[in-house]
This record gives sequence, C-alpha cells and structure tokens, in this order.
Amino acid sequence: MLLAEDGALGVDDWHHLADDEPVPASGLVTVSFARWQLDEGTLRVRADKLGLRLPNTIEPKDIAGDLDRFALIILNFPKFTDGRAYSQARLLRTRFHYKGELRADGNVLRDQLLFMRRCGFNSFVVGERAIKENWAKAFSEFDVFYQQPTGGQGPWVMRQRLGPRNP
Amino acid sequence: MYRYDDFDHRFIDERVAQYRDQVRRRLAGQLTEDEFRPLRLMNGLYLQLHAYMLRIAVPYGMLNSAKLRKLAHIMRKYDRGYGHFTTRTNLQLHWIKLEDTPDILAELASVEMHAIQTSGNSFRNTTTDPFAGVAADELEDPRPYAEIIRQWATLHPEFSFLPRKFKIAICASKEDRAAVKMHDLGLYLHKNEAGELGFEVVVGGGLGRTPYLAQSVKKFVPRRDVLSYIEACLRVYNRYGRRDNLWKARVKILVNSLGPAKYAEEVEQEWLASDREAIAIPESYIAEIASAFAPPDYDRKPVDEAALERTIASNPAFARWVKNNVHPHKVPGHAIVTISLKEVGKTGGDITAEQMEVVADLADELSFGEARVAYEQNMVLPHVRRDKLFTLWQRLDAAKLGTSNKDLVTDIICCPGLDYCGLATARSIPVAQRIAKHLAAKEDEIGNFNIKMSGCINACGHHHLGHIGLLGVEKNGEEVYQITLGGDAGHNAAIGTIIGPAVKSDDVPAAIDKLIGVYMKLRQDGERFPETYRRVGQAPFKEALYAPR
Repeated sequence: MLLAEDGALGVDDWHHLADDEPVPASGLVTVSFARWQLDEGTLRVRADKLGLRLPNTIEPKDIAGDLDRFALIILNFPKFTDGRAYSQARLLRTRFHYKGELRADGNVLRDQLLFMRRCGFNSFVVGERAIKENWAKAFSEFDVFYQQPTGGQGPWVMRQRLGPRNP
Repeated sequence: MYRYDDFDHRFIDERVAQYRDQVRRRLAGQLTEDEFRPLRLMNGLYLQLHAYMLRIAVPYGMLNSAKLRKLAHIMRKYDRGYGHFTTRTNLQLHWIKLEDTPDILAELASVEMHAIQTSGNSFRNTTTDPFAGVAADELEDPRPYAEIIRQWATLHPEFSFLPRKFKIAICASKEDRAAVKMHDLGLYLHKNEAGELGFEVVVGGGLGRTPYLAQSVKKFVPRRDVLSYIEACLRVYNRYGRRDNLWKARVKILVNSLGPAKYAEEVEQEWLASDREAIAIPESYIAEIASAFAPPDYDRKPVDEAALERTIASNPAFARWVKNNVHPHKVPGHAIVTISLKEVGKTGGDITAEQMEVVADLADELSFGEARVAYEQNMVLPHVRRDKLFTLWQRLDAAKLGTSNKDLVTDIICCPGLDYCGLATARSIPVAQRIAKHLAAKEDEIGNFNIKMSGCINACGHHHLGHIGLLGVEKNGEEVYQITLGGDAGHNAAIGTIIGPAVKSDDVPAAIDKLIGVYMKLRQDGERFPETYRRVGQAPFKEALYAPR
C-alpha cells in the first residue's frame, strides 16, 4: 500500500522488475540500480515511464545525468535507524532538482514520515497499520519548523512566516 | 538570555503534543518497546536499572530563576526531590514514571525548556563556556552562535538518524572552558587576517572506548557560513560513517580511519558543491539573537575593595571560597562565582529542589536572575557584585552550596555509575565520595587537580581527560578501577595513559594518594599534574603505586 504526502492511501501501480526478469515492452516498471547500469540502452528507448530503485550506498550524483529519465525513484531504509536516504532525498531534490515521485521503502514507520516528507519524499510504502492507526495524521503534527531543508532555509526565514517577532 | 517568541512556543507545544500521543500509543499497545525506544530517546527518556530517567536539556548551560524554580517543582512533584547535572550541562531525573513524562514536558515548555535530542543519534546539546559573555579573556560572546545552532539542529530531518550521536561545543576565549576537543565537532571563534570573525572547525573528538581529540579540518569558516560547513561535515558522516558496529559509529572513527586530511577534503568538496547561500546566516539574525544576550544593566558604583579585603582577612573560610570559587569578571566591581555541587561525601552534580530554589533566589537578588551549568557539574552565578560576595557565600554555605573546591582534588567529575545506569559496569559515586573524603584535608596543599571517573567504557565521567582518570570495570565479579594519568581538557587537551593493572575498589583512595604524593614531591614551580607527568614520565608513579610494600 502507498501513502501519499497528502495523506491519501492508494495502491502501487508500478511493477518492480527483478534483475533476471525480462524488460516488458510497455508498462510502468522500476529497475534496480544494477539493472539500470547493465541495461541502460534497452531501458532508455522504452516509451513508458521508468522507475529506479536506488540503494542507500549510491550517491545521487552518480545518477544526476539521468534524472529526467525517471518518473519514480525509490529510496530504501533497511532499518529506520539508518538515515542515509534522508541525505539522498535532500540532494536529489535540492542539488539535482529531481521533480518526479520520490518514494520511501523499507522500514518506514509512522514517526519518521514527517522527517521523510521534509527531506523531499512524497510517497511511502506502508502496511495495514497505516489505516488502523491513521498514519496520515503524522504529517500535520507540526506546522512550524526551524528549517526547510528542501528550500534551503534557516530559522530566520521560517520565523518570518509567523509574522514579526513577538515574544 | 534567549527568550522564546510565538514561533518557539508554538514549536515546543507541538512537540509536547506529538510526544503525548506517542506515549498514549505506547501505553495503548500500538507501539512495541522497540518502536517506542527511539521516540522516547529523542525526548531524553531512558529506561535505566530502577526506573525511567529523563534528561532535560539545558541549552549551552543557561538557566534563569524561573527555569530553576520550575525544575525544583518538577523534581519534587515527579521525582524524589533532587536532580543530577551532567557533563553535557543537562539535568537528569532518575526516578521518573513514563505516564508522567508528557506532563513534565508540558511544564518545561511553560518556562521555555524541553528534553529534545538529549539522547538519540542526532545533534545533542551544544555546550559552551560557562563564563560566556562575562569572561575577561573572551573575543565575543559565543552564545548567539550556540543558540542559532540549537535552533537549526532541532528536529533537523536530514540528520535525525545519524550513525551515532553528535555533540558540538563552542569556545570564544583564550582559555577553553568547554573541553572543545573532546567533541564530535568543535568551534573556536577567532579573527582572520582581515579581521573578520569566523571559526576554526575541529572534528572527530570523543571519549568512550576509543578516545580521540578532535582535529582541525578548517582553520577559518566565516561565521555566516558556519551552518553550511557543519552541514557538510554531517553529510559526509551520514554517508560514510559506520553503521555495522555501535562502537565504531562515532565520527571520530570515520575521521581517523580516513585520516583527518582526507576527511577534510571530502567535507570541502561537499561544502563547495552545496548551496552555501541558502543557509548563510544573515548578519541581521546574528544581531537579533545576540541582542538576547546583551549584558545586564550593571550597577557601576565603585566597590569598597578595602572592606572586602578586611572581611576576607577576618574569615578564613570565606577567604578560601573567594580564592577557589570566585573568578574575574569583565566588568569592574563584579565577579563570576562557581557554586560547587561537590560537597565532600555527597554525589557530585546532584542538587536538591530546595537548593535549586536557593540558587534561584540568589540569582534573582544578586545575578540578574541568571545562573549557568558548567560541564564540570557545577553551577555558576555570572554577575555578582564583589561587595555582595560575603552575603552570597553565607547564604550558599547555609544551603550546603558553599563548598570551596572549584578545580581542587575533591571537585571530581563523576558519572552516575552502577547506582543508576543500565550501561555501567561498576559503581562510581561511592568511590568518588571515598576519594574526596580521603583527600579533603590536603586539597589546598595539592592545589589544582582534576580527578574524573566513569563507571563504564562509555566515559560519561571523562576519565580519559582527568589528570588522574578512573574507569570502573567488572573483573571476575569484582569491581576494579583502571587508572589513567596525564589527561587534560582545554586547549592543551590530552588523553591519559593507563598506568598499569587495575586496583580494587577499597584501595582506590590510597592509590590516588600515593600518585598525588609523587606529584607533590616532583612538581616544579606552578606545574599542574599533567605538566609534571609529561616531564618526568610514568616511571616514578608506577613505582610508587605498584612497588611491593
């Protein structure tokens, strides 16, 4: 199941291609980073949209030149305590101006959703708990922050949004 | 002192509400303990041997009387009437109930306090000089930078799940009173050749199992760029820091495995590639935050120094306190006062609710409402008129806060140890108490001396940096203490060396006595222990300690 950044729940209409699976002529597919490197030529000429599954050990700059080819990038949290994908997401959004869907997969938990969205993720792979426990609520727990990482802004900008300083 | 505005209040209230819901979900069984642990830790709540421990943040050690009174109230209402100041200048309450913690955080929020990021693998409390803003040897007040870093680092989404915790310290004076080099990242404020203010950045310090001092990675970062540079340091760490082994996950391991030069190069590349302008701190914001730390309206009437001298001359106990606990202030007629929390025989760093209220009253009457916490687990009143020193001392003394031992051998830094902590391998508090009792009679004769003790390898008591350091370990079911010599904090920071086999708990005071005896015999004019130790080497100490009787 997929949770979108606006809290809506939906189904995943992408097919996540295994590395030994042939590339279908049409349809939405994601491939691993390894597969992308191997079959880049074949994958490039397909008409349908392509998604990439990027391990958290690969630097965004290594795919920076290909970003316009991907409509979806899936970043992985092997454990929720492994925060490398936060940096990847932020770099993809701010330094490399990736505009497509950025999806969090792996050990995605309710109380990390807001951190993820603030780094630029806009969809999240979640389980049944997300409905039962109303995970969408996690997005609205704060309406002020000291920093806006995807906008590259510090506390001085964030404060101004509340108007003049009023102790 | 920095005051919250609507923005800060709104943020902190939202944080309390978020945490309240997390606790509710935990108590309702929606969260497993494994899932809840990182959430409570991000609010400083640990599960220890006997109860929950709540670690309350005291950003860069700054407190005022309203905060002190609220802390006293919390200690009385939700704990056992006392608290414990840590070497990160935070306050720990050791007997807390989980279900009370949301209310405690709400009470803290009402006085502009919180427990955010006092644990967890993210930014921890940024510390600085307890004499900031009043020290005579200071270039500029470091607190505005500490506050800006606090704000920027609070719930930073990119850096809330680092390989391990990350501690920052700032020093802006000749003497480093913040032990900057033992931090993951340290900032030394200075001016470059053009006369602009900026920071030397040092990275990779830390104690624990593998102690390292932080190494210089950049000599000068303009102050406007300090956040983007820290961000680059963090991003390189987040990307390459080890996650396979808890003991090798701190940035010190990365810096030292890459080598400081290579780490610095990686950071530089990352920094140059980043959008530095996006979080360049505007001059106007530095000025705005600095205005919160403007000096108070001091009473400039001259102090009758002759009268003070007469009081000192006629009262040896007061004279001793003035000598040890009163420090020069940049404003004539004023003094900085250290309130020792190291009464001999008591737990170092502990303070009762009643004592905290005494400090609050004295802060209001004699120090513009302000008090501080020093990493040595003492408190500071930063703005005391010299003609009020005697009154202050009498009232502190009546509250058992007048101990005259700042930087003496009984001013021991000590972690809570096996009496409270789930990580500890040995007791530390009772051992520190016995050492202090054993040496108290000759502490003046010994002079400046830092003993530091930890009850396990995590080194919360900074034993590596003690002139004499003690590490409690468990060996064959017995608690024994490993002794290190020659450690030092500050600009001349050094990591002590292990002198030989560990000694039994009962033998610790006598062993330290012997080592100090050697120092006193061999020291030359004005030498502190680390200097004597470096000059004469380990041999005479080893001989005294281990020679057959």
